[in-house]
Amino acid sequence: MSDYRVLPGPEHFLPPAAASMGIRLPNPGEAHINGVIAPEEKAYEEAARQLLMARVPTIFPGPLVLWAWNEKAAKKATAIRHLFNTLKECVQTGQKPMLIPMPDYRPKYPKINPEVEINPNHPNLTIWHNKIDCCIFVGVHCHQANLSLKIIRGGTSCYTIAMCAQAGHEDAMLSFRDASVDKIMRLAETVKRLKGTVQPRLSTAKSGASN
Amino acid sequence: MSKERIQISEDLYDIMPSDYQDLVKNATYGKEDRGWKDIGTSKELIEQHSLCAGCPESMAFRYILASLPNPEDTVMVGSTGCTSLVFPMVAVHNIHSLFGNQNAIASGLKRALSVRFPDRVKDVVVLAGDGATVDIGLDMTLQAWFRQEKFTTICFDNELYANTGGQESGLMQKGFVAKMAPVGKLFDKVRLPEIARESGCHYVVNCTVSKPSLVEKVIRNAVHIAREIGPTYLQLYTPCILEIGKNSMEGLQEMRDSEKPAERFAYKEYVSEPAKQLLAELAAKDKERKAAAKQLAGQASA
Ligand SMILES: Cc1ncc(C[n+]2csc(CCOP(=O)(O)OP(=O)(O)O)c2C)c(N)n1
Ligand code: SF4
Ligand SMILES: [Mg+2]
Repeated sequence: MSDYRVLPGPEHFLPPAAASMGIRLPNPGEAHINGVIAPEEKAYEEAARQLLMARVPTIFPGPLVLWAWNEKAAKKATAIRHLFNTLKECVQTGQKPMLIPMPDYRPKYPKINPEVEINPNHPNLTIWHNKIDCCIFVGVHCHQANLSLKIIRGGTSCYTIAMCAQAGHEDAMLSFRDASVDKIMRLAETVKRLKGTVQPRLSTAKSGASN
Repeated sequence: MSKERIQISEDLYDIMPSDYQDLVKNATYGKEDRGWKDIGTSKELIEQHSLCAGCPESMAFRYILASLPNPEDTVMVGSTGCTSLVFPMVAVHNIHSLFGNQNAIASGLKRALSVRFPDRVKDVVVLAGDGATVDIGLDMTLQAWFRQEKFTTICFDNELYANTGGQESGLMQKGFVAKMAPVGKLFDKVRLPEIARESGCHYVVNCTVSKPSLVEKVIRNAVHIAREIGPTYLQLYTPCILEIGKNSMEGLQEMRDSEKPAERFAYKEYVSEPAKQLLAELAAKDKERKAAAKQLAGQASA
């Protein structure tokens, strides 16, 4: 097994793809935390802990859930809204959960508005602008998610979580696989259960923007 | 695909940037009569762009995007140049190709779309600069026409390589001196419209983009003919005001001056016999449809 660990950056201007460092993807029923395969149970706890600890925990829904392609996509959108509402209920004063869309993948010129969207070609702008220190990607196609996760790990200190509908993302600090409505709801339940048990990083927070 | 497919998930609607909400609510996807007159009253498929202020390419883009008959089922293929910087802002599927390869990419794409979606009309439209179309991509341009590939090729003719600072292009006028071509062009402007006709294009137009209604007409004709019969070619004068030393308000006048009867962009059109027949059929159907709509409106108000 590789000794390499997928940790919050800033790692490098262009960090290596975690896969090239020997990080492998989880099997069904598993997840990975920092590149180490873990039971899914443990990943729910860790993801919820990271979200509750963050000063600006943020959900980034992508085109696969923002657009109502089919009934399943619309249901996932509902679950994501529920996760966000739960997060808002469970954080303490001073924490600011956000829900920021990645509507598509165009390399938008001349600029994006980092207050209202995130773009995979320069996701660091949204992280920096909003001082996001923990984020979760959901409904973003694999290639664009990998691109974003690498850029974020390269240039910010933000903790990244992937709620991936396929086989998971090596480049996230924590990745689920086979994401479904149930899994998103399960994460929301875990956040609720851990409410009040996690100390937020309010004063010591090193936000994404500080790097 | 129809506009019904393009919907935002209800539970995340409020966080979508307003641009996307507007596109879903007010754009003209799926509207049979869409055209340049929608500009200003509906959400356009392009709004911001990264061209120089006043660049006629931006007008051309607006008119073309307002006139495509089937934007939700159209894929545009671009190439490197000033136009390629605009495509990321265009709300129509598009592919960027390696400089000059656009007609080869479009050939494969059109064929793949016909296999993948045999029951749906899918239009492919190439839009590239003169350098890409006539110089570096000439091989791909001509071979696609020889093979009778069913898509439209649009060339934004600004008579030089604008994006790289003003080098000589095959479509530049004889004697013209550009910033990066100080000797002056030694041979005539390549007669691509004539070459297009001889190479098998069924509809060829050479004009400027000074008149939106004309752009609308030629775009619709070109797309319909390409869909049913074979290749079509539009050469549109979109002067590079930066390189010819005009300021941002002067692009329109430059086009008007260049389309006078004896000038190089005087309106020229070639329509093959099968294409003429198709246009006549389409015009008849259109007339019928409009008459029926008028009758229906009359009944409703009675
Ligand atoms: C294969 C390749 N060769 C050369 C270039 C450099 N290049 C970029 S834009 C350009 C000129 C584009 O001219 P044109 O097609 O007329 O478009 P315009 O910018 O004038 O609209 C060139 C030569 C490139 N990007 N790729
Ligand atoms: S360089 Fe010329 S063609 Fe390109 S955007 Fe500017 S004015 Fe338009
Ligand atoms: Mg040019």
